[in-house]
This record gives sequence, C-alpha cells and structure tokens, in this order.
Amino acid sequence: MNAHDQRHAARANAPTTTYLYDAYDKAFVKSRVDEFREQVRRRLDGALSEDEFRPLRLMNGLYLQLHAYMLRVAIPYGTLTSRQMRRLAEIADKWDKGYGHFTTRQNLQYNWPKLVDTPDILEALADVEMHAIQTSGNCIRNVTADQFAGVATDEFEDPRPTAEFLRQWSSLHPEFSFLPRKFKIAVSGAKEDRAAIKFHDIGLRVHANERGEAGYEVIVGGGLGRSPFVGKTVRAFLPRADLLAYLEAILRVYNRFGRRDNKYKARIKILVHETGLEQLTREIETEFAAMDRAPFAFDLEEFERIRGFFAPPPYETLPARSEAFEEARRKDAAFDAFASVNVTEHKIPGYAIVTVSLKPIGGIPGDATSDQMRVLAEAAERFGFGELRVSHAQNIVLPHVKQDDLFALWRLLDGAKLATPNAGLISDIVSCPGLDYCALATARSIPIAQAISERFKDLERQRLIGELGIKISGCINACGHHHIGAIGVLGLEKRGKESYQITLGGDPTLSAAIGELLGPGVVAEDVATVIESLIEIYLRERREGERFLDAWRRLGQARFKEALLREGEDGADI
Amino acid sequence: MALISEGRFIEDGWRRLAEEESLPKEGKCIVSEARLAEAIGALPSDAPLGVLLANTADPAKLAPYLSRLSLVAIAFPAPGDGRGFSLARLIRRAGFKGELRASGRLIADQATHALRCGFDTIEIASDIAARQNAAQWSAALSAYGAFYQQGYASRAAILAERRKAPA
Repeated sequence: MNAHDQRHAARANAPTTTYLYDAYDKAFVKSRVDEFREQVRRRLDGALSEDEFRPLRLMNGLYLQLHAYMLRVAIPYGTLTSRQMRRLAEIADKWDKGYGHFTTRQNLQYNWPKLVDTPDILEALADVEMHAIQTSGNCIRNVTADQFAGVATDEFEDPRPTAEFLRQWSSLHPEFSFLPRKFKIAVSGAKEDRAAIKFHDIGLRVHANERGEAGYEVIVGGGLGRSPFVGKTVRAFLPRADLLAYLEAILRVYNRFGRRDNKYKARIKILVHETGLEQLTREIETEFAAMDRAPFAFDLEEFERIRGFFAPPPYETLPARSEAFEEARRKDAAFDAFASVNVTEHKIPGYAIVTVSLKPIGGIPGDATSDQMRVLAEAAERFGFGELRVSHAQNIVLPHVKQDDLFALWRLLDGAKLATPNAGLISDIVSCPGLDYCALATARSIPIAQAISERFKDLERQRLIGELGIKISGCINACGHHHIGAIGVLGLEKRGKESYQITLGGDPTLSAAIGELLGPGVVAEDVATVIESLIEIYLRERREGERFLDAWRRLGQARFKEALLREGEDGADI
Repeated sequence: MALISEGRFIEDGWRRLAEEESLPKEGKCIVSEARLAEAIGALPSDAPLGVLLANTADPAKLAPYLSRLSLVAIAFPAPGDGRGFSLARLIRRAGFKGELRASGRLIADQATHALRCGFDTIEIASDIAARQNAAQWSAALSAYGAFYQQGYASRAAILAERRKAPA
C-alpha cells in the first residue's frame, strides 16, 4: 500500500453506504481478471479465433471501435465511492488519454486502451472492487437504478439492494450468458421513475401490495434502438421471495424462443411484440410454475445481508433550512442559479442532493478529465460521506451534502469547471459518441450537441425555458436515447450527407412515450435553428408552469411543424 | 470430432448414425430425433441408445422416451448460441439421468457453463480441438472456485458458502 492509498484507507472505517465485497466477491472478480488475461494470451497465440474471442472480450466490456479498443467499466446501479473515482482517474492517466466518458447506462468508457493493457486495467479496477463484467455482449448487462436511490423524498424503497442482488445473480450465469441479444435490467423504488424502467428488457418497480409487503411490478420488453417499444407489465405484483425464480423463467423463455436469425429482431421486445403479451405472459407463468423454486427459497436472508450495506450515512440533526445557504444565495447570483437548478430536495432535513453537470456549454456530454474526477472524489470526501452516483443523464450526483456546505462545494466544483447550472435544462443534453468515435454511427452527434449547447449558452434563457430533455443519437441503434427525449435528434446518412430527424414528445418516465417525427430531416447546420424555432413556439404558447413536454401534449405535433416549415421556406435563421 | 470429459480428451464409445444408415444390431448408437421412435421399436429394449437433438427441440415431446435413453446429445451450432444450455436444464428437470452431451462448437471458455447446466461431456469439432488442447479445457474447470447462482449443477454456490461461514 503506498502513501496515497493509506490516506484514503483511513476512511475505510467510516460506516458503509454501499456494498462492500466479501472474500467470495473478491475471489470471483479476481478469477475473472485472470481468466481474461488468459483469454487475451490465447487470442494472441491463436488458440482462440477472432470469432471465438469477440463474445468473450465483449462480455468483459471490450469493444473494437473506429480508432481503437474501448473498455466499458461497470458502475453497478450508478453508485461509487471516492476511492473508486480516484482509481478511475488513475487509469485514465496511466492507460488512456487522461479522461473518461460516463454513459447513459451508468458505465464509464475509456476510448483509447490497448488490448494488451486491458488485463492490467481490470486488475487495477478489481483492487477497488470494480469490474467490466457484462457491460457488453449478449448477456445480462450492468443493472442500473435510480441515481437518487436512498435519498429521494418520493422513495418507497432503496432499489440498490435489489440491483446488487441481481448483479451477483447475473454474473457469469451458466444458462443466460449466450442470449439472442443483450439484456438490460433497471430498478426503481420511487414514485417518480428516474431509471427509465419502461425502456429496459426488464424494468422492476419496487412497491407494496395491499398488505404492505414489498414486491415488484415486472415490466418486460421495453427498449429503444431501431424499433422502440414501451415495456409492458407481466406481473403487477411479484412477491420479493419469487424475484429470482421469476426472472429465471423470463430469461429461459427468451433464451429458447427469442429470434436469432436477425440481430435487429433479437431483443425480447420483439418476442413480446410478435408473440403477443398475453401468450408470452402465459409461457412465462407456465415455466415459473414448472420450475423447482427451492434453490431460490433462501433469497430473503441474502437480500437482508446485502441491504445492510446500504445503511444511511451518519447524518447530523439539522434544521430544515440553512441560514448560511440562504445567505450565500442572496449574495452570489451565480451560486443562486446553481442552487435553483442543480440542487434537489433531500429526504433528511438540512441536506441536499447535488447534480454535477458533465455538460459544460459547448463540451462533450458525459466526458470528465482525470483532474475533474479527482475533484469529484475530493468533493465527495469533504462534503458527501465519500459517495458519488452516476446518472443515466450522464451527470454525477453527490447524494448527501449538508446545505451548510453547498457554497463551499460549489466553489470547489466551479474551480474545476464542474458547476454549470444546467441540470435538466436544454443544454443538459444526452448524446452518444457518434461518428467521431463509433464504428456503427451514420452521423456525428457530439458536434450537434455542442452547437445546441452554444446556441442556448445564455443560462438565464435556459432557466426561462425550464425542464427539457434533448437526446441525440448518431444512428438508428439509438444509444443517445433520442426516442425518449422531449426533443430527440437522430443522425442518419442520406446520399452521402448527414441528415437529422427531429422527434418530439418522448418521455422516459412512468408516463412513458416514444417521440413522434416532426418531419423531413434537416442538415447538421440547421438542427440548432430548428430547435430554437420549436422553443419559440413553446415560449409563446405555454401556460403558467407548463413544461415543454406538457405544452406539446396539449398543443399537438401539428402546432410545432411550423418550426420546420419556416426553416424550409427561406432557410434563414429565425 | 473430439470428446471431452472432466477436462480430458477421452475415447468416444458412441457412434452417430447417418440418416441413410440402417440401425446396427449391436453397439452404442446415436440417432436423430426424427428416427427415435423407429430405433426404439427396432432395437432390443436393453440396447444402448442415444439421440441427437437440435437446440430447438421440444423437451415435452422427448419426455416419454427419456427413461429408454442412455445418452442425449444437444447440438451447439455456434459458440454464441446458448439455447442448448436451457434445453439441457429442461431435460434434466424432466428426470433424465443418463449422459448429457453438448455437441458442436463449444469452446473451452464455456466448459463450466455446460457442466453447470447439467452436461456431462462435450463433443467438439476437430478444428477447435486442434487449437484448444486438454490443458485449456482442464484449466477452464478450475478458473473459478465458486459461482453466484444457486440451483445449478457441479459447483458450490457462493450464497450457500456464505451461509455456512460463521457470521
């Protein structure tokens, strides 16, 4: 242990707020690193063909991209410690180009690792109880959850114990590691859905039945990609003890009957669509009834063991309102803007949830430099019980900050260009890497995000526009989730030129909706202008307190088509 | 083809019958699912008999024959096609106690997946056997001490180990 590690090890005695590996977890992840090291060696000496190696490396998060390999590291249910964040920064410096990219699925991507270095990177991750297991490949992917888990005011139950339970169950599953296609599970335990559970292969919503017992609504077959679908409920209430057995039943039906003839029709959403919800539910229930559920009968004991790790940190008893915080807001307009946009109410009086935007004006959505990662780690250590979260909007969350500390935290963040007050606003754009990095992309997406961000760089105007999600994908695979953006942008290639389709009305929450196409595609240079026209229509028509999405629902798509027509008529800026 | 059991290459005492071949009087033979009823009718009831299934086979249709069979082989057309793992589970669940064989393009890295789903032996294509020697198949079996899942064969489940360990 070097001096640096010791400094942080001192905090290891602090009560845990997240899962800690025991000897079994450590041995398991270590075995996966050793196995992967051997797999790389066997690929290089020819024992494994490239076709054989590809699924093995993918199952360990390693993609071959346009320019280089990309390593995707899992941040299970989006929770990480300051120590883990520091390690991510070290890896970025040592084996990458000094930065990393936080994704919409609570993962971190390194864009420039070398194949031969990846076993060492994985070992460095394993040291801090992290891995890249099943962040890619046709298997059960990293399980995601609400980024406000454990601290949200509207929460029924912290979804993270369930997610950790599923992380373990899904790791190197003997039967479900070679599925027709990837399989994504998300868990939410709050009234408001911040985990997009209706757009996952399986979405789980923790809630109580009429007797007050906790269980799950099981939603199946949601997804984006080429054919977007809103997930459908197969069980309104599943008793907790049956969770694993029921998931095994769903996965077994999918593994056997999911299509394998066409990778674009292989997700479970297509099986649901083609088989019909009623018939598929019957098949799942038949399998569930036929299987031996005894091996799963001890679930609850293990669940309680895991739940013990997610205890609340030692909060102080504080007044609900911090005088120091209010005073700082009055004195500093920039801080006040940050406080009104990036700070969310916490369930404990005197505390706050802080969203740190990784969307600086004109920046690359989700990117953080190693220095910024270290500042985030320091911020968590000084002001937030050493804990951080990654949101599916590609931002970082500090889940437990004393209101008294918010001003000092803001100054620390501001010094590292991490205080952009735009969480949830028009420049808080979700974007895939697009043609600049990705081998699948048909158009650029990052430069489009940057152009929109620049166009709306006036933060006061952004606040006036209010809550609005713009999501951009650089191809129909929809990694930028454009289908569920209130404004979605899809980059395509048309006769050798980039063309961008705009959709309106997408909604990732429980009121789930897939965006509707506004009209013909526009060229890259016009995207920001069309969006500005849409915003002008909205500002003119909106009622008091009405969000863009609500106004669109009330007014209808036709009212917004004008934005495109006007653009088409004279092509000039409006 | 090469046959692997417990991380070693072994002799195969079974012979796969070609579709046009007539049923032999003796020896251990494996027939296709289409010829299963014919073979059961034609062979003495104590003649060792095996069947090769496509990974899309319906285990319910096979259930009446399971007690008569000494071997069930399931085809793996490609390493990425995991249907055979679920089919193996279902055939074990239906009570099959004989040799369950994975047959086709599995690689050493999938050896424990196969064993845990209930397979006893793995039969692989010669080109894979030429690249992946016994050492690799054997090493694959000891790559992990324990796995997380319960209710699967061949290896201790971490949850069970945790419960045994003193708190």
